[in-house]
Amino acid sequence: MGDKKLATLVIAEHDNKSVSVDTLRTINAATEIMSENKQVEITVLVIGFHCESVVESIRHISAVSNVLVVNSDVYQHLLAENVSALIVHVCKEHIGNDYSHILAPATTFGKNITPRVAALLDVGQLSDVIGIESPDVVIRPIYAGNALVRVKSNDEIKVMTIRSAAFDAITTNDSVEPPHAFCIEMNRLDNYILAESSEFVSQQKVVSARPELPAASVVISGGRGLGSKEGFELVEQLADKLGGAIGASRAAVDAGFVSNDLQVGQTGKIVAPDLYIAVGISGAIQHLAGMKDSKVIVAINSDPEAPIFQIADYGLVGDLFEIMPELIRSV
Amino acid sequence: MKVLVAIKRVIDPYVKIRVKSDGSGVETNNVKMTMNPFCEIAVEEAVRLKEAGHAEEIIVVSVGDKSCQEQLRTALALGADRAIHIDIPSSPEPLVVAKLLRAVMVIEDPGIVLLGKQSIDTDNNQVAQMLAAITQRPQGTFASEVTVVSEESPVSESNGQSNAVLVTREIDGGLETVKLNLPAIISTDLRLNEPRYASLPNIMKAKRKPLDVITPEELGVAVTLHQEVLDVMSPPERVAGVMVNSVSELVEKLKNEAKVI
Repeated sequence: MGDKKLATLVIAEHDNKSVSVDTLRTINAATEIMSENKQVEITVLVIGFHCESVVESIRHISAVSNVLVVNSDVYQHLLAENVSALIVHVCKEHIGNDYSHILAPATTFGKNITPRVAALLDVGQLSDVIGIESPDVVIRPIYAGNALVRVKSNDEIKVMTIRSAAFDAITTNDSVEPPHAFCIEMNRLDNYILAESSEFVSQQKVVSARPELPAASVVISGGRGLGSKEGFELVEQLADKLGGAIGASRAAVDAGFVSNDLQVGQTGKIVAPDLYIAVGISGAIQHLAGMKDSKVIVAINSDPEAPIFQIADYGLVGDLFEIMPELIRSV
Repeated sequence: MKVLVAIKRVIDPYVKIRVKSDGSGVETNNVKMTMNPFCEIAVEEAVRLKEAGHAEEIIVVSVGDKSCQEQLRTALALGADRAIHIDIPSSPEPLVVAKLLRAVMVIEDPGIVLLGKQSIDTDNNQVAQMLAAITQRPQGTFASEVTVVSEESPVSESNGQSNAVLVTREIDGGLETVKLNLPAIISTDLRLNEPRYASLPNIMKAKRKPLDVITPEELGVAVTLHQEVLDVMSPPERVAGVMVNSVSELVEKLKNEAKVI
């Protein structure tokens, strides 16, 4: 470790309008990096294009001491090639900042960019961190969450991605203008870094009025047992009744019931809501990895032997097509 | 062009793992091992690129002890042409794997490097991105579709042909398509394809395909350690709760006992 000064840089994820809940959870994780019982200074880097509202909300987080803003259409689509180079540039060149920790949310955005940053800095990365013990010791899950590992990083710069489900979101306080928060417009970088050899072509986002999966306090997930796209509508109706998000098992996604960004599991999204209702999901290891830290788990399945019942707080065996309409009526 | 595929030997995903009582790791003795599922998808995609006429040769590479030659043979049986085993007692960290793969890229000069997006043991999801960084090449991570395109280059000094690849990526909230100039590094998501099974004749043929063994020293790569595992633990056990007999009982419990609705 040496006597390097400790300072944390958090890479913000946003859509140029609002900051993502995963970023707020990452900032909260950053507050747990303590040196001599004092919180290590946190700087948030916002890379985007016309993202003033994002910066404004981050300025209202009292734990954040600096906000750095890079505003250019060059970074509109956040391609890994130039964004990672920019982050390294900020770490090495910008106003003498010398960061000991670089944190990003373990979302597809963070997973895409952060290892590239680590390799450019010639350091390792700690993925999907769920606990921070000290400035250089963290806990992370391995084997689809079936084991946890305590890891010590010997790198000068600790690069981490933070698993959202393991941390609460930090609160933004609109009424208080923290005096210590200031913005540095980096509009005039010597020259913007162009993405070499890669270009953005298109994006197809699924538009939904329901809450985002990682942020929802209630998640209703459907599996193969629902039998069809039409059967899956029962899950949607229950979610709407409870104000929850919908999720799915891989089987339901592969069968075409729902789009694959709703998949919960090791290879999909990791969620930990207050209430997780699994409908027609057997409970394969890969699925459990994505939801077994939910506070209350309810399983509804026609097969009494389904593994999901071994971790459910409340289990109900029966015909989904009889149970679900009754449940929708009675909540 | 050549396609390079990196594969990893891991514990079979359907095995219930056991954490060693001394906290040093996970029990691997007498445990069924297999090719990492994401790597199988990478091999399948390479074979399809060859079948579509985009690739002349598929080289498959694995980093680890002698036992990973079993998975290299599997990849050869699935359609890879030759294999490289980078011989090292245990599987190193992602950054070191990336440096070893970079050394292989320097020798082989592949147009596309395919890797799985993550291995199901360490769950890092790092190697492809790190390899792209240290080779200064573009990356298409979490790919669910890969299309090789040839087009007229707008720059007249190249002779009209430039090769690129369109990669559709799985992102939170949907899909994104990026265009990458070759050579490019691509990591596979589960939805990219459905891997085939190796037929018995192909398994027999694979025994005669070339498999070279090389050490990190021969590749000029130092095996460094950036992280230490202090201990491996079992996660807190979740115990089964109660079975209810009716919807009304379930709703009553969620309202009054769990207080979640």
